[in-house]
Amino acid sequence: MDAAPSDKENGLPPRALLLAMYRHMFATRRFEEVCLDFYRRGLIRGYLHSYIGEEAVAAGACAALRPDDYIASTHRGHGHCIAKGADLRFMMAEILGRETGYCRGRGGSMHIASADLHHLGANGIVGGGIPLATGAALGIRVRGGDQVVISFFSDGASNNGVFAESLNLAGVFRLPVIYLLENNFFAVSTPIECATGCCELAGRGPAYGVPGVCVDGNDAIAVWRETRRAVARARRGEGPSLIEARTFRWGGHHANDPGQYIDPERLAGWKKRDPLALLRRQIDDPQAVADVESRVEAELAAAIDFALDSPEPDLPSFLAAIEP
Amino acid sequence: MPELLYREALRRALDEEMARDPNVFLLGETIAERGGSFKVTEGLLARYGPQRVIDTPIAEASFTGMAVGAALIGLRPVVELLFIDFALLAMDQIVNQAAKIEFISGGRRRLPLVIRTQGGVGEGLAAQHSQSLEALFYHIPGLKVVMPATPADAYGLLKSAIRDDHPVVFIEHKRLYGVPGPVPAEETLLPLGSADCKRRGEDVTLVSWSFMVHRCLAAAEQLARRGIEAEVLDLRSLVPLDRQALLGSARKTGRVLIVHEAVRRGGVGGDLAATIMEEAWGNLAAPVRRLAGRNTPIPYSRNLEEACIPGVEEIAAAAAELAAAGR
Repeated sequence: MDAAPSDKENGLPPRALLLAMYRHMFATRRFEEVCLDFYRRGLIRGYLHSYIGEEAVAAGACAALRPDDYIASTHRGHGHCIAKGADLRFMMAEILGRETGYCRGRGGSMHIASADLHHLGANGIVGGGIPLATGAALGIRVRGGDQVVISFFSDGASNNGVFAESLNLAGVFRLPVIYLLENNFFAVSTPIECATGCCELAGRGPAYGVPGVCVDGNDAIAVWRETRRAVARARRGEGPSLIEARTFRWGGHHANDPGQYIDPERLAGWKKRDPLALLRRQIDDPQAVADVESRVEAELAAAIDFALDSPEPDLPSFLAAIEP
Repeated sequence: MPELLYREALRRALDEEMARDPNVFLLGETIAERGGSFKVTEGLLARYGPQRVIDTPIAEASFTGMAVGAALIGLRPVVELLFIDFALLAMDQIVNQAAKIEFISGGRRRLPLVIRTQGGVGEGLAAQHSQSLEALFYHIPGLKVVMPATPADAYGLLKSAIRDDHPVVFIEHKRLYGVPGPVPAEETLLPLGSADCKRRGEDVTLVSWSFMVHRCLAAAEQLARRGIEAEVLDLRSLVPLDRQALLGSARKTGRVLIVHEAVRRGGVGGDLAATIMEEAWGNLAAPVRRLAGRNTPIPYSRNLEEACIPGVEEIAAAAAELAAAGR
C-alpha cells in the first residue's frame, strides 16, 4: 500500500490558509510545467528535478510555519522555495541563469534559495541538508527563541548515514527540528524496497527517541495537521519529530529521465489522487480557486517576462572577483 | 580499428574483466536496473545478474567501505561514485581505510579495489556536480589516480586498473562519455603509469590529462598553422606518474605548459611544474607555466561556467607566448 489513510481529526485549517496552500501548490505545478517546457527548448541547463505530484508536502508543511522559521531543502526544491514565500520572478531568473535570480545565476535549479525567506538552501547532495537543518536548530537553541526548522529530504536520503547521525543528535539535544521525509518510493531510479529492508520509514524515529508518524503526502491538510503538531511540540522545547509523507513523483528523477522504471498503472493510481484536485475538493469553492489560479498565471507570466528581460551575469566582474 | 564511444569502451572493459574473473563485481547508485546515469554499465545486469551488478542506496560512505571490505577478502570490486563530488561523502573509507590498509599491514594485505567516478564541468550542473578533484586523491599516498582522455585509453587502463592489486581511483569525464574513438579489436591492456604522446612537436610541450587533452590537441592544430609545433603529452595516470616521459619531453622542447581543468591553487600542475624545474632545470628555456581552472566554485550560468576552465584559444595563446619566451 502506497499511501496512509488521511487523518480526519481536528477539522480544517482556516479558509485563508487553505487558499494559501492551494496557491503555493498551483504556483509550483505551473512554474514547473513552464520550466519543463523551457528545458526541452534548451533554455534551461543542467538538472531539473520536478516536484510535480508532491506539491502538497511542501505546501502543507510550510503552512504550519511562521515566516521566521527555517527550512532546508533538496535538489527537488522548487516547491519548498515557493511554499516558503519565494517570488516567482527571482526563481525564474535563477533557473534561466540570470543576474537577477535568487543566486545571481550561480546556483541554478538545484540551488535556488534565499536567506531572506529563512531558507537555508537547496542542496545538490542527497541528505546534505539534514545536518544543516539540525545545526540551525542547535543555533536557535544557543541563541534563544522559539523558532523551528523543517528539514525536507527524501526516502533516498533516509538511507544515508547523515540521517541516522542527525536524528540521534537532535533526539539527545531535543532540538526544535521537524524531519520531513518525502517518501516518493524511488531514490533516483532505485525502488525503496531495493534500498531498505524496512519500508516503514516513520518507524526509524523512535529508535532515536524521535516520535515518527506517517501521513498521506498528497493531502495538504493532513500534512499541515501533522506538521502543526510537530511544530508546536518543537516550540515547547519538547524536541524533534519525524514525519514520513508518502507521495509520488509524476515523472523520472529529472527532466532527462523518462522514468521507464515507474509502473504506469501505479502512476495512474497516484495521478487519480492529484494533490491539487484533492485540495480543490476540500476548499469546495470553484470561484475562489479560479481567482487564485488566475492570479498565479499573471504572476508567472510576469516572472517569465522578467527573467527573459534580465541580463546574464556579467563575465568581467565575475572574473575580476576571482583570486588569481 | 573499430570505433567506440568512451562509455562503450569502459563498458567493454568491465564486461571483459567480469567474464574473465568471477571475483570482479560492480556496485553503485543506479548502475544495475538503469544502467548507470551515464549508461556505462548498461546491459551488464542482464549479463551477470544482481549478485555481481548491484544497485546501492544513496549511501556513499557505506557502499564504498563495503567495497573495501570485499576487496580485503580477495574480491575485485569496481565501485561507482556517480559524481566525484559525491566521493567526498566517502573520504574516510577511501583515504583512511583503502589507502592505508596495505601499509599498516606491513604490506601483507592487498586491496584490489577500483573506484570509478567522473568529474568536470560542461553541462550546467553547478557547484556540487562539476568539480575536478583529482588533486585530493593525488595527495594521498596509497592511491593510484587514472584519468583517461580517449576511448582506447579508457578501455585499456580500466582493464589494468581492475587487474591491479592496489586501490585505483579511476576518474572519467562527463563530457567524454559520448566521444568516439578507435579501440583495438583485440584485447589490450595499457599499463598504469605510462603517458602517451598524442602529438609530436619540438617547440613547446603541452602536458595534460582527461578532457583538457582534447583542447590541447585543438590548440596544437591552431599553433601549427602559425608555425609552432606543440607536443601534447597525455599523462593518462597521475599516480603512478610517468616521470620519464614528462621530463623527457620537457628536456626536448625546453618549454612546458601544464593544462588542467581543476582549479589552479593546490592543483596537480603545481607539483608537476616543481618536479620539472627540480629535475630538468638545465634544459629549460623558460619557466614552466600553468593554465588551469579558476579558483572558484563552478557557476550554473552558461557564460560564467565556460570561463572557469581553459579554452582552446587561451591554451594556444599561452603556448605561443611560451614558445617565444626565454633563452
